[in-house]
Amino acid sequence: MQDLIWLLPTFPLLGFLSLVLTSGNLPKKVVGAIGAGSIGLSFLTAAMIAFQFLGSGEAHLVVEMWTWMAVGNFTPGFSFYLDGLAVVMMLIITGVGFLIHLYSAGFMLEDPSYSRFFSYMNLFVASMLVLVLADNLLLLYLGWEGVGLCSYLLIGFWYEKPENGYAARKAFITTRVGDTSMAIGLFLLFAELGTLNIQEMLHAAETQWAVGSGLAVAASLLLLGGAVGKSAQLPLQTWLPDAMAGPTPISALIHAATMVTAGVYLIARTHVLFELAPNVQLLVAWIGLITLLMAGFTAMTQHDIKRILAYSTISQIGYMFLGLGVGAWSASVFHLMTHAFFKALLFLAAGTVIHSLHHEHNIFKMGGKRKQLPIAFASFMIGSLALAAFPFTSGYFSKDEILIAALEIQGPGMILWLGGVLGAFLTGIYSFRLVFVVFFGESKGHHEEKEVAGFSMSTPLIILMVLALFGGWIQIPVDAVFSHGEVHTEEHHISGLMHAIMIIVPLLGIGVSYLFFMSKTFSVEKLMANPLAKRLHGFWFSGWGMDALYNFLFVRPFVFLARVNKHDLIDSVYALLVEISRVVHVMMARTQTGQLRWYALSIGGGVVILITLGVVL
Amino acid sequence: MILVVLISILFLGGVLAWLSEGLDSRFPRVVALTAVVIDLLVMMALVGADTEGAGWIVQLNAQWIPRFGISFHLAADGLSVLMMLLTAFLGIIAVGSAWDEITERTGFFYFNLLWTLAGVIGVFTALDLFLFFFFWEVMLIPMYFIIAIWGHENKNYAAMKFFIFTQVTGMLMLISILVLAYFHYIQFGWFSFDYFDLLKVNTSSAIEMWVMLGFFVAFSTKLPSFPFHSWLPDAHSQAPTAGSVLLAGVLLKTGAYGLIRFAVPLFPEASMQFAPVAMTLAVISILYCAKVAFAQTDIKRLIAYTSVSHMGFVMLGIYAWNEQALQGAVMTMLAHGLSAAALFMLAGGLQHRIHTRDMDHMGGFWAKVPRLSFVALFFSIAALGMPGLGNFVGEFLVLLGAFQASIGLTVAAAFGLIFASVYSLWVIQKVFHGAYRNLDFDDTHLYDLSRREMLYFGAMMIGLIWMGMYPQNFLDMSAATLTNLLNETEQLLFAQGSEL
Repeated sequence: MQDLIWLLPTFPLLGFLSLVLTSGNLPKKVVGAIGAGSIGLSFLTAAMIAFQFLGSGEAHLVVEMWTWMAVGNFTPGFSFYLDGLAVVMMLIITGVGFLIHLYSAGFMLEDPSYSRFFSYMNLFVASMLVLVLADNLLLLYLGWEGVGLCSYLLIGFWYEKPENGYAARKAFITTRVGDTSMAIGLFLLFAELGTLNIQEMLHAAETQWAVGSGLAVAASLLLLGGAVGKSAQLPLQTWLPDAMAGPTPISALIHAATMVTAGVYLIARTHVLFELAPNVQLLVAWIGLITLLMAGFTAMTQHDIKRILAYSTISQIGYMFLGLGVGAWSASVFHLMTHAFFKALLFLAAGTVIHSLHHEHNIFKMGGKRKQLPIAFASFMIGSLALAAFPFTSGYFSKDEILIAALEIQGPGMILWLGGVLGAFLTGIYSFRLVFVVFFGESKGHHEEKEVAGFSMSTPLIILMVLALFGGWIQIPVDAVFSHGEVHTEEHHISGLMHAIMIIVPLLGIGVSYLFFMSKTFSVEKLMANPLAKRLHGFWFSGWGMDALYNFLFVRPFVFLARVNKHDLIDSVYALLVEISRVVHVMMARTQTGQLRWYALSIGGGVVILITLGVVL
Repeated sequence: MILVVLISILFLGGVLAWLSEGLDSRFPRVVALTAVVIDLLVMMALVGADTEGAGWIVQLNAQWIPRFGISFHLAADGLSVLMMLLTAFLGIIAVGSAWDEITERTGFFYFNLLWTLAGVIGVFTALDLFLFFFFWEVMLIPMYFIIAIWGHENKNYAAMKFFIFTQVTGMLMLISILVLAYFHYIQFGWFSFDYFDLLKVNTSSAIEMWVMLGFFVAFSTKLPSFPFHSWLPDAHSQAPTAGSVLLAGVLLKTGAYGLIRFAVPLFPEASMQFAPVAMTLAVISILYCAKVAFAQTDIKRLIAYTSVSHMGFVMLGIYAWNEQALQGAVMTMLAHGLSAAALFMLAGGLQHRIHTRDMDHMGGFWAKVPRLSFVALFFSIAALGMPGLGNFVGEFLVLLGAFQASIGLTVAAAFGLIFASVYSLWVIQKVFHGAYRNLDFDDTHLYDLSRREMLYFGAMMIGLIWMGMYPQNFLDMSAATLTNLLNETEQLLFAQGSEL
């Protein structure tokens, strides 16, 4: 059974192929069945493999398919590697992925490109499965790039609008900057350690590199470059908010089950390298902290329901990076899982809201929708509670673990913890701002619309609600993967005060949100009357001006350079050569006058010059 | 003998195609297709042949002009066979792309097409440098006619530019060949143009560099590499589709082949000294031409510049001169041969349908011609180096190998991966995405790919997936040749080093 692990990416790949080769000629029911069914089959297979694997008690399992390429000592294979971490990832990807596909079957029913949609979605899941199951970094890179490609195709799914195409290209190119860094990391690892097989490579690194050695720092930094690209962390986070240009289920897929978790997975998978470079590991924590705060502030200022969720993803991945940076590997993976539950729930619910209200995205044009959209309301309530780490929801457990781990490290631990707690406060504010504005208060338009939710759309929401509430009780089997150097949170000595703070702060955030947006005790308008607050708001709203900065630094110079040299400077050199020979030709031709006296004169003149030269020299 | 057969089929087929036009103007294309298909089938006899030992599968060595040591020496090893297979495969594709497009003077067209192919096969198999030069010229002149007669609005300029660039640099190579033969005369007392004899020539290093440069300039113009690339965009934008297919898919590869087979092995020491310069030129090609490509609005010019950019990876790999880099260079040659040929066919197909190459007049074609758009997306994705397709294997191996030779240049070259995604996706956006506009042109003939076209593109797609997922079949074929070359140059360098 476990040898059948290759079936996992194969089912969605077959789904993709069958949908592409029939090029939209199948009836929609069949397309939906293939699209969602292939992921469902993958999930069933994954569940069975996981059951058997965990029952067997083995630490890991390798299934080799074929050697991809063998050149000298470079022999990466199409081989899969299964351990606790891979089990968690494959179950999240296929499980949450299946729910999103099921939801999409209903959500996208009206779309004329139904088949194209599902083909890309299937390829997306297949790539992500390859990414997490790969036993070597090159195969991982295949999945890594495949994920990037599919995100491009899906973000730009509605291609008629140029701005969607722009968002899609932005996502692909920004993440490719990170991918290139990662590729260079691969070259370095191979040149130094002679293999890209992850386990062998990590083992070689451990034995050959000293802690803090330059090579370990360089290698982990380069991999980190890849991770921040895919996981939308500073400084490559700018693509994710625009990535909502695609249909909403795609955002759910990108934000929850695939894509953005890839960076977290990569660091967790190669955590040995990061342990060899403690400074880089600490950098991961700082990146996480700064990103989570920046994104948190920005999320408070957005109007677009999907943008708020997008920034909240960046912020939550920031927590995961914070956890990775402080060595809380399993806590980060745990948060990855709980986040997948509640973020998929939130995005799918947002899809229902948008769908029901005829493509309305602005939360301030909704209001009082809790009776009109009951399922979406329940979903948002539960999802936001989990997101804000309300006690005993899934998000509470995972965030708690990360923050405790941050507190325990020497040096900057206290600052990291405080930052994380501040982030939790912001999370409380922005998540419930959305809930209060959309579902409470008076209705501001769209009074007549009914909730659109058939069986295939409401079932996933209900399942995800359960997972978002109770997912925190799941035990993830990753202890063996991170067994060495793990900070054991069991034996910690955190005071009751700290615990109380971590529970209360998110509630305070929710409270502040209540006072502003529910009871209207405080007024946003009054706050905005202050010019400083207004400017700060504008700054946060623009995502801290990062887009403008990158436009100024990279995009415009590149376009400018390309434009001024459209006609290729080098070509003008050759054109000049042609021109010179033409001029010389004309001049020479002029000497051919056909007049005898001119010839006689030039012969005479030539003789004089030659004699003079002879005398002088 | 089989090599003579391969070349003669094409030469004779060309003549026959020309003659058959007298009967019916549709005969030449059938004759041409038959000739190339037979050639491909005959070639299959060489595939899988034992390449152990010296690596030469077949050899033919007959005297030609014994007085000057010129012989009719043809031979094929794994690398040659691989290149010949690419040539024949793209030859069929080229005939297919000309099938409906070329309607005037068909006989002479297919004559030129087949003679170009014959010249290319000759180049890939000649082991006598005089003979090599002969074939080098044979592939040039028919190509000149293809551009000059069946080209587009500015064809004379483009054809002349192509001719002069190739001819002038070819002259430099001829001088180098003669000097080399003369050196052989000085050292051994008799003239020889034979590859194996010339390998033994020990040149003084001051002159060696100049002689090597003669070869380098000729090959890097053909490749082409910065700063000798500027003939290519003109040639491509003006050539008929079949001409572009041959140019991008096959002719450029003769430059790379020349570097691998002749320029480096004949002058190992000079090449080693020159390698940093060559690798720098390669990196400039990759980045500079990617940037220029992005600025183009003429879709064929754009693809032409991307070709230069991708061939930069080939040159980088060759001068990194280790196993991974060389294998990567060969893989890139094959994969780029298919992907670039396909992209030019798509561009040519679009021009045929809407009579413009200007991307400012295109947009939103996905809604109108979904199959064509999907195929274009596939080959763009391949060109930007998506893992799972052939181009990735090539470029990744090149960079992996080059990293061991020069970290700085490899890092710079890796930026080419980002630039490639910028221009590739830009083309997709400009032409296929966006709202459908048909204000600027007559779109009555904008029909989707026909069944015949799908057949060609399908074959090329399968080729790229094969190279991407299981490249071992291709890697194995060239492995023996490349390791031999590596060992030989290493020994030569070692021997010369110990003398010093």
